[in-house]
Amino acid sequence: MISQVFFILLLIIGFGLFAWNIQFIRQNINLGKDLDRSDQKSKRLKTMLLVAFGQQKMFQRILPAIFHLFIYLAFLLTSTELIEIIVDGVFGIHRFFHPYLGSLYTLIISTIELLSVLAFVATLVFLARRNLLKVPRFQMSEMSGWPKLDGNIILYLEIVLLICVFTMNGADEALYLQGESHLPGVGTFGFLVSSFTGPLFFNSFDVETLHVLERIGWWGHILVVFAFLNYLPISKHFHIIMAFPNTYYSNLNNKGGLTNLSAVKEEVTKMFDPNFDPYAAPSDGEAGMPERFGAKDVEDLTWKNLMDSYSCTECGRCTSACPANQTGKKLSPRKIMMDTRDRLDELGRAKRKNGKDYHDGKSLLGDYVSEEEIWACTSCNACVQECPVNIDPLSIIIDLRRYAVMEESKVPSELAGMLTNIENNGAPWQFAQADRFKWAEE
Amino acid sequence: MSTLKVPTVAEMVARNEQPDILFWVGCSGSFDDRAKKITKAIVKILNYCNVKFAVLGAEESCTGDPAKRAGNEFSFMMQAIQNIELLNGYQIKKIVTGCPHCFNTLKNEYPELGGDFEVIHHTQLINQLIREGKLLLKEGGSFNGKKITFHDPCYLGRANGVYEIPRNVLKKLDAELQEMKRSKAKGLCCGAGGAQMFKEAESGDKEVNIERTEDALEVKPDVIATGCPFCNTMMTDGVKYFEKENEIEVKDIAELIANAADL
Ligand code: SF4
Ligand code: SF4
Repeated sequence: MISQVFFILLLIIGFGLFAWNIQFIRQNINLGKDLDRSDQKSKRLKTMLLVAFGQQKMFQRILPAIFHLFIYLAFLLTSTELIEIIVDGVFGIHRFFHPYLGSLYTLIISTIELLSVLAFVATLVFLARRNLLKVPRFQMSEMSGWPKLDGNIILYLEIVLLICVFTMNGADEALYLQGESHLPGVGTFGFLVSSFTGPLFFNSFDVETLHVLERIGWWGHILVVFAFLNYLPISKHFHIIMAFPNTYYSNLNNKGGLTNLSAVKEEVTKMFDPNFDPYAAPSDGEAGMPERFGAKDVEDLTWKNLMDSYSCTECGRCTSACPANQTGKKLSPRKIMMDTRDRLDELGRAKRKNGKDYHDGKSLLGDYVSEEEIWACTSCNACVQECPVNIDPLSIIIDLRRYAVMEESKVPSELAGMLTNIENNGAPWQFAQADRFKWAEE
Repeated sequence: MSTLKVPTVAEMVARNEQPDILFWVGCSGSFDDRAKKITKAIVKILNYCNVKFAVLGAEESCTGDPAKRAGNEFSFMMQAIQNIELLNGYQIKKIVTGCPHCFNTLKNEYPELGGDFEVIHHTQLINQLIREGKLLLKEGGSFNGKKITFHDPCYLGRANGVYEIPRNVLKKLDAELQEMKRSKAKGLCCGAGGAQMFKEAESGDKEVNIERTEDALEVKPDVIATGCPFCNTMMTDGVKYFEKENEIEVKDIAELIANAADL
């Protein structure tokens, strides 16, 4: 009875805290500017199923993809097992579904066990890859400190979780063999792994100890799950949730097209309109604060840019494909995404504390991302192409450039010349427009 | 070169005619000495196939691509709005470009601003002309036994998903087409996009075009084929950097085809 009450409390705290955290992230994402991605629902659903659920882009690198898949499937299936744990915990019963599902139950738990073993192997491989193999994309400067620890913590948690699962099932198997399990009857559960490991590791313990071990496994399992759930929102592992909405709201247009700024279009159209009276009173829509061109801070980005930042897995596939990064420039598209998220967390926290109009005077451009970084980009779209969860670092880079150029007139000097040429001669070089057709005569 | 027939839209309209397709030459194609050769190769093909085309001539102006990518939406918008007005004034429906950057901007960024055209890249037009039997390549042409590698322009490939068509065209050349280790969606940029063409690179330990030229040199090609005047410049510079300009040619697909068709 006590344990039931305790369990229900844990359940409420675990899920409640998670919902609480999620709501802050929602608020943060909503700091971004509007963008309409409500169209083409079936195409969006398909993209989500392929890219997030089907892991389509992961399979470009086959080995990591397979190991990642083990962990991913183990995660999905263990979540279904969670349903039973919750039912058992709330009502104080043991293996609630066992009598109802029969051999299907054995099959489900066996599959979970198999995947858990595979996930265990994958976890060890990933730990080795992160810490021993020194894969270049995990060793870059933006990965030192917290991001590195974050990458490892989850793998340690995974190991604890798996040990709990096998302690629970193994001890229970040993008990059941002696007819001492909380499940009435005597025999073997016949689960794929624990029907072997149970007798092997647990037969030497007495019944009392086995019951304690089984409970430790059971409680440990659920505790790790809740720890994990509430660790997610501060971690790159949040991608396991965000990958779904983020791919759903992907940009479905050709990657090469950049957005057109409608405010600029209006201004320029007015300039060309002979009937436009610059002294006329502004119509209602135009009154109020003029829009900022481009992005200086996270609030100037779209909500999708911000959602992207919460979806980033910090895998570095973008950066390892980036031509600027490969040739030693400071730019790293992964860092752009990490900076966006860090800045958004910071600003969101400050606003919750001091009111929504508060601004701390810092900004994404300048305090997090330098001008040197944004000017190194060739707009080649390799980062966008590579990202396994369809993140678009390029659109952030372009928006930062727009702010630097249009609001602060900070532009590399050669580009300033190029821009003047376009405005004066209709070409990026200093040739007269009248000479544009000379090639046909040469 | 007096044999080239290059009608302007203005001339055509004065004769009460409409071109079937507008050839958008682009700034490189109009002013850059190397790129002008590509422009002429495209015109030769258009002339040979009797395509009813026209150019804007001195009325053409930059699409605004480099301005937009350099963050100056104002300069871009001024170009775009004027160009769209001109094109709509001439009732242009279909455009072929000599440059993937123009292609991308006209195709993806102009429609929202009122410029709705069918836009194709010159490799797509060439592919179509070959398929329709209008463009015949000589048997056992000068490319027999040569090794060609194709460098994907970012604004044709990743930006717009055109990977196979340029390769289809190259396969018609009777040559051996060999892929670099990074190609198609994984192709490495030449380093010129995003307005980099017009500035020095940020400090690093290498130029992007050198990195990309190394990819190309690995396959030991006779020809590096491209479909973009910027890529052409970058790869040509890269080949010179490695002092291979006597062994390796950097050519646009249009030039290779014009050559193979003996134009
Ligand atoms: S678009 Fe820019 S940031 Fe992305 S890979 Fe290319 S150069 Fe790097
Ligand atoms: S942006 Fe995408 S590719 Fe880059 S680190 Fe994040 S998840 Fe990986």
